[in-house]
Amino acid sequence: MKWLLTILILVVYVLHQDYWFWGNRSLVLGFMPVGLAYHAAYAVLVSVMMAILVKFAWPKHLEDTESEFPDSGEVGTHA
Amino acid sequence: MIPVVVVLVYLAIIAYVGSVAFRRSKANTEDFFLASRSVGPLLFFLSLFATNMTAFAILGSSGMSYKRGIGVFGLMASSSAFIIPLTIFFIGTRLWALGKKFGHTTQVQFFRDRWECSGIGTAIFTLSAVMLIPYMIVSIIGGGTVLQDISRGADGNPMIPYALGCGIVALVVTINVFFGGMRGVVWVNAFQTVLFLLFGTVAVLFISQSMHGGYGALFTKMAGGPGGALLARDRIPQEEFWSYTFIPLSSIMFPHMAIMCFSAKKLTAFKNTVIAYPIAIMAVWLPCVFLGVAGAGLIPGLVNSDGILLKLLTQYTPIWLAGILGAGIISVVMGSDCHQILALSTMSTKDVFSHYGGAKKYGEKGSVMFARGFVLVATLIAYFIALKTPLSIFELAVRFAFSGFAAMAPIMVAALFWKRSTKWGALASTIWVAACVFGTWWLQSTSDSIAPKAPTGPPVVRSAGNRQLRSPQIIPPGAVNIPTGQSNVGQSPVGQPPVGKPPAGQPGAPQVSPVGGAQTPPTGQKRPPTGAPRRKAGPPPPVQIFPALGNMFLRNPTTVTIYGFLPVVPMVIGSAFWMILLSLLTAAPSRKTIEKYFPTGDKNNADPVT
Repeated sequence: MKWLLTILILVVYVLHQDYWFWGNRSLVLGFMPVGLAYHAAYAVLVSVMMAILVKFAWPKHLEDTESEFPDSGEVGTHA
Repeated sequence: MIPVVVVLVYLAIIAYVGSVAFRRSKANTEDFFLASRSVGPLLFFLSLFATNMTAFAILGSSGMSYKRGIGVFGLMASSSAFIIPLTIFFIGTRLWALGKKFGHTTQVQFFRDRWECSGIGTAIFTLSAVMLIPYMIVSIIGGGTVLQDISRGADGNPMIPYALGCGIVALVVTINVFFGGMRGVVWVNAFQTVLFLLFGTVAVLFISQSMHGGYGALFTKMAGGPGGALLARDRIPQEEFWSYTFIPLSSIMFPHMAIMCFSAKKLTAFKNTVIAYPIAIMAVWLPCVFLGVAGAGLIPGLVNSDGILLKLLTQYTPIWLAGILGAGIISVVMGSDCHQILALSTMSTKDVFSHYGGAKKYGEKGSVMFARGFVLVATLIAYFIALKTPLSIFELAVRFAFSGFAAMAPIMVAALFWKRSTKWGALASTIWVAACVFGTWWLQSTSDSIAPKAPTGPPVVRSAGNRQLRSPQIIPPGAVNIPTGQSNVGQSPVGQPPVGKPPAGQPGAPQVSPVGGAQTPPTGQKRPPTGAPRRKAGPPPPVQIFPALGNMFLRNPTTVTIYGFLPVVPMVIGSAFWMILLSLLTAAPSRKTIEKYFPTGDKNNADPVT
């Protein structure tokens, strides 16, 4: 699984370098430059990638971290 | 008048929230700096996002898109959408656990303990503070600019001059942070983030209503002419585009971002944050870049392109809406500024005042007083610097802060994930970063006079709107000459040759051909030979700063590059190299410290805490 996730991250990184749209001036839906539309969709793709990472690579063991330092001491409130 | 009133009401709300937070606060540093590590998931996301969005995200992005086109989104926004959530996922979560376990409040506290060395912490503190201050000033400059522009009357004169605008923003930020600490900042950030997430979409829709034919007609006209370059990435070299993916590494190294990670109540707060972060970046940046490009067609010829968004708002939206949207911009400005000032205060109190005996001598209450005093002094200094600094928002932020913090990322990665890393490796990396930041600054200053001039958005469409333009401030061709060596290099009107000789002792100025302002390298300067970064028609070719060194140091319209790549690339690679080399050559930290951060018998012992 670790390797699959690593490959996923690398693939998404490579997709950021969209040389194929570099000089393309066409419009998507009649108003959105294609290069801009691609990168907007890319942001959604990254969000999906992060959801996959949270699902399969979440550092769950850190959730139960216990405090080992003394309380800094409350001096009172301003309420 | 109405926009000013709306913005001032908004600022009053911000200050009031700070005072409410003050009444809820406790008089200890844990509460003042971290809201007692009690920030819930929604507030955490909204605040963390606001922390990272500066004036540059809205004003800088639209201004840069005005000059360089839609590629600015991929260059900065989608690269950030990829890198920042990953750094929060891999580094932010570990920082949270360390803070929870050992009570760290700042990165420097962690570094000192991790490498058993007070000095390395002091060195990193100094460098971080030096690089954070310009970033903080950006926010005040942005605030002053917004208030000035939004308060312009029909005669073009601002009701709130720039200096007063900066002062108002600095004052409100100070009140919020001084009284509210982290709690006040987080509460305000939640409100601010909602405002500026909605800002762009609303602006795009309302501006569209005032245009004949909408954006489609505008872009179709632009595509048929030279303005079509802005609809593609003709003005962004591919090397620069790739280099920029290193810049967002800076995010997690910015002290205010790292400190924010310490403040979460539970680790699960990070889950939805990393998933929503890319979408939030898109929601803020996409409309701004879109409007920046549209602005090049609607209001061509601006000298200061950072003001394009405000001009569109004041000219194409109802006055009351311009006020609300202006408040949205101000919210971006202040969201990050509050965090930056609080972070500087946290660092100064914890890493210097407390570390060198202040906490023992004056106690918790004294430490909080010191922190509040620092907020006052730091804001005052930042305000005066903002008045004196002529650099544009974007350049200032990137040049000094972003590259430097990005290059410090290997230090954090080594501290968290590499047991064998040592204080000497960290020190070598820190010195490397400091040298590179100042070296880049020097190269930039040295080469300002030979910088080629970038084309700006050409006057393709005179006016696509159906409203009268109030104080358009369009610079007609031939009306101005942009002095070289200033921040607005590359912003001269299309076809206008740059004028001005370089100062004595500087390399020769570029020679300008009489047709179209195309440039040839100055005497003694060479164009990069074959094999140099490939050029299309868009960006002007860079010039060699030191011809004897070939293409090692090139100068393009906005920055220095190294073999065509941004300095951040060798800075990050060099930082990692020095960390590895010096760590391998010097003694590892004690077994006790390694055991503390990498407990044995842990199946996840690559993680520092379990």
